[in-house]
Amino acid sequence: MIAFAVRRFIQAIVVLLAVSLIAFVMFKYVGDPISQMVGPETPIDQREALREQLGLNDPVPLQFMHYLGDVVQGNFGRSFRTGLAVDRVLLERIPATLELAIVAVLYAVVAGIPMGVYSGLYPDRWLSKFFQTVSLIGISLPTFFVGVILIYIFGPTLNLLPTFGRGEVVHIGFWSTGLLTVSGLKSIILPAFTLGMFQLTLIMRLVRSEMLEVLRTDYIKFARARGLSNRAVNFGHALKNTLVPVITVIGLQLGQVIAFAIITEAVFQWPGMGLLFLQAIQFADVPVMSTYLLVVAVFFVAINLVVDLLYYVIDPRLRLDRAVAQGG
Amino acid sequence: MAPQNDSPPLLEVRNLSIEFPTRRGTLVAVDDISLHIDQGEVLGVVGESGAGKSLTGNAIIGLLEHPGRIASGEILLNGKRIDNLSYEQMRRIRGRDIGAVFQDPLTSLNPLYTVSRQLVETIKVHTDLDTGAARARALELLEAVGIPAAKERLSSYPHEFSGGMRQRVVIALALAAEPRLIIADEPTTALDVSIQAQIIALLKRLCAERGTAVMLVTHDMGVIAETADRVAVMYAGRVVETGPVASVIQNAHHPYTSGLMGSIPHMKHGVNRLTQIDGAMPRLNAIPQGCAFNPRCEKVFDRCRKERPELISIEQNEVACWLYQSDVGGVS
Repeated sequence: MIAFAVRRFIQAIVVLLAVSLIAFVMFKYVGDPISQMVGPETPIDQREALREQLGLNDPVPLQFMHYLGDVVQGNFGRSFRTGLAVDRVLLERIPATLELAIVAVLYAVVAGIPMGVYSGLYPDRWLSKFFQTVSLIGISLPTFFVGVILIYIFGPTLNLLPTFGRGEVVHIGFWSTGLLTVSGLKSIILPAFTLGMFQLTLIMRLVRSEMLEVLRTDYIKFARARGLSNRAVNFGHALKNTLVPVITVIGLQLGQVIAFAIITEAVFQWPGMGLLFLQAIQFADVPVMSTYLLVVAVFFVAINLVVDLLYYVIDPRLRLDRAVAQGG
Repeated sequence: MAPQNDSPPLLEVRNLSIEFPTRRGTLVAVDDISLHIDQGEVLGVVGESGAGKSLTGNAIIGLLEHPGRIASGEILLNGKRIDNLSYEQMRRIRGRDIGAVFQDPLTSLNPLYTVSRQLVETIKVHTDLDTGAARARALELLEAVGIPAAKERLSSYPHEFSGGMRQRVVIALALAAEPRLIIADEPTTALDVSIQAQIIALLKRLCAERGTAVMLVTHDMGVIAETADRVAVMYAGRVVETGPVASVIQNAHHPYTSGLMGSIPHMKHGVNRLTQIDGAMPRLNAIPQGCAFNPRCEKVFDRCRKERPELISIEQNEVACWLYQSDVGGVS
């Protein structure tokens, strides 16, 4: 277990190095930051001075090494656009994105798993068929479209929910949360619903098909033959056996939601990392973009690590060291 | 062993038919069969794959897989019908009155739970024991089925056992609530030959000790010969011959039974070649008219192709074959 964790940790570092290299190289050629930072009337020698000052004239590998060295020391550079330290800017934005992502995935899990279990247990009931049909819509409609429709319905038409921003936030240490204020809670409903809808349908369909599969297995039939109650069979035995693939997907989706909340954040003007990233792209704000990529990669790697460890908790067959010790 | 005259047999299957509705019409997989098992008796049910043996077993424990359904007939346990019970009523019978052992021990146990947990949950469903007592009982059961170092193995997961050991665990689970009857559906088919004899001997011994009756479903005549008191030979969803095991083996009347017996290797007789029944069992959607065995039967004659024979008593056996029925009305 510990050896496994260490191994995964080393792998994680390799992944992050690779991501930082890609981020660095990509943004190296994404546009000229100097022309964004200065006005069109700035003379060339001033531009060159600025270029020299920012280290943009160094050989590319050297720039990368500088970059890595800075990153390791927690120095992510300054935004070309605002001149503020990038880590501070991002840190301010991370809570908004994480709260949105977690609320969205929670809602997708809490609604999606029971819907999937129900339609797996009773595939012929009309409600199951209804879920299936609705989930097709959820899976095929693009996020921005759903968002815009929701804004139209709940904003100007019904005037029920706020359609942009985060509402009031409360600061707890470096973390700012909107989940403790009424306006914050109201504000998160629409974006979280929009962001979580695809995940909801995905989880529901996955749980359904996994349940259908597991319910056909011999051990479920044998559990019934032992006279166990329906509840024990369906939830204790069947649902738990669907969890490995379901947790994999939920983990990956949480990563996806964090990374690609961009569209939802743009639609609802949600002040998270995604919105920041969009603005950074417009200005070729390389430090912000590359740091954003790094942060997202860290989240992905961390989530995957947790998912892998969860496998161990759920499925004893994966605890190989034990099986080997007992002779297979 | 003839059924006792006064008390009803432990299990009685009367004129059971099982059908599968499909888009191309209804397939009859089990056609009007009757069986009975007395207290402590081992009934062997033998036949080729698809003869309806396992379906009959599943129907008895109320676990026919959708869309299969009982079309007609009755199943009685101690004289009380159990085929028309609700799922919940039937659930109380499963495990407590009728245990089950399935074919593949590798897939019969939930891979995510320890053996102890699966035993304890089964025991607790059917008894009033608390967890501690149930755990003690689980240990007794594991010891009874011959798991070495049972105490340590309680906390093992199924994948940590070999196939034979897993089938022992499955048997322990089937016996957990001391049922009166065990339906053993091909309990040794998936095991190594060397393990098969052990498992059969174990099942036989445990059931004899506890007075548990067994319905042993198999296609292995050798297993039947060693284990069963009576045997029912099934072909294409019908019982073609039934009787005491010695009588059926040594004195088979139905040509199909004779063919099956001819396919058992004997150590004593120096037979070089085993007999073989040509052809294959008909598919459910193409069961021939008359006797279902007629296309493969060496002794087939006109009547076999037209009318279906019913079981009649011949010596100790009951046989469904026109060879032994001289007139149309001669149905027992």
